[in-house]
Amino acid sequence: MSLDLDVAVTYLPKLLDGARLTVQLVVFSGLIGLILAVPLGIARSSERLWVKGGPWAYIFFFRGTPLMVQLFLVYYGLSQFPAVRHSALWPFLRDPYWCALLTMALHTAAYIAEILRGAIQAVPRGEVEAGVALGMKHGVILRRIVLPRAVRIALPAYSNEVILMLKGSALASTITLLELTGMARTIIAKTYMPVEIFLAAGAFYLAISYVIVRLFKLLEWHLARHLRHRG
Amino acid sequence: MDLHGFGPQLALGTLMTLELAFASLGVGLVLGLLGAMAKASPHASLRWLGDGYTTLVRGVPELLVVLIVYFGSSAALGMVTGWVGMETHVELDPFAAGTLALGLTFGAYATEVFRGALATVPKGHIEAAHALGLGPWHTFSRIVLPQLWRVALPGLGNLFMVLLKDTALVSVVGLDELMRKSQIAVGFSKQPFTFYAVAAGIYLLLTVITGGGLMMLERRANRGFARARS
Repeated sequence: MSLDLDVAVTYLPKLLDGARLTVQLVVFSGLIGLILAVPLGIARSSERLWVKGGPWAYIFFFRGTPLMVQLFLVYYGLSQFPAVRHSALWPFLRDPYWCALLTMALHTAAYIAEILRGAIQAVPRGEVEAGVALGMKHGVILRRIVLPRAVRIALPAYSNEVILMLKGSALASTITLLELTGMARTIIAKTYMPVEIFLAAGAFYLAISYVIVRLFKLLEWHLARHLRHRG
Repeated sequence: MDLHGFGPQLALGTLMTLELAFASLGVGLVLGLLGAMAKASPHASLRWLGDGYTTLVRGVPELLVVLIVYFGSSAALGMVTGWVGMETHVELDPFAAGTLALGLTFGAYATEVFRGALATVPKGHIEAAHALGLGPWHTFSRIVLPQLWRVALPGLGNLFMVLLKDTALVSVVGLDELMRKSQIAVGFSKQPFTFYAVAAGIYLLLTVITGGGLMMLERRANRGFARARS
């Protein structure tokens, strides 16, 4: 087996286009997922059954089924209902880009919510009690003590989740999106050089995940700055 | 619910999904143990190999690993048959390629789980085994493995849940597992939501059963150990 690297070089600009879409999907779904996950995670760590029941079912579904099934349910499945096809949302829901973004955000939100729940429960009890002793209200304790603490605890796990979403974004190719993997597959349909092109796409993924890991290390370092000055 | 007569087909697909999951688990456990031993090896080249394996496989999408193994294997096998002078075209069938690809992925993550668990086996136990004259294989199978297994079980259980869901990816290279059977049913019935929802329900059921099974395994592995109370 000899590798023809010229092919990979020729199609580098195309792969770069794909990589741009991949990064876009990961960044947007990661941010939207995080925003959705905060209320989910807080409700999930409640002690009242009627508060945590809904988030529990949501998280159970999204963590218990493959992302591919979820994508197909949204992209192909929703069109089964005439009500959806005639609604104002249809221009979005028939577009693979919006479907991929929506599904990935909902999917990752479930995982991030679990990470947040773990982090919220890991906040030392004494710090919450100190807040109570100072006369802080429930909302203030959550905002000033629990969440800032939980964010630092959750950050490494969140960065792992972003890497997992980077890899999950390859599934967007199964609903016709030309992100990195989808682009690689169309190039292969033209050149029939699967090994070279797939390996080149793999190298792109490795590079992107390296950058993500570095960025999170930087953020972690930044968020822990008040712990360093004491020396 | 009207399944348009596709019920038995979905059942066959579910069976194939399970076969694929367990076959990949077998491959992955072996690769994970080898990977962990390579990373703990005194030889730098083996450590380098272990690091390279986990870094590469964990940094690339599972879907891409499936595609690379499926399409790459025919190129690689073609080269081998060329050496021995055969001119036949060979390729891995989707099941074999899927097993290898998912096994490779599972193995890369399992390497880290086993590595952590390996560190919890007291060095003195291994020295005691040597002192008793046990060879490397018996030291491993009688002393290390029974202790390793208990510590590694929760991590491996999580990885198996991930693996179970990753089996859906092999539908892309044409294996008739649950996902592809559902796609075929959708093609005939034009009812995408119904069939993908049924597929989702079956995957949920599989994860619930697996979760229950894992809890039982963990209880069995931990018998005789007191749990730390907080």
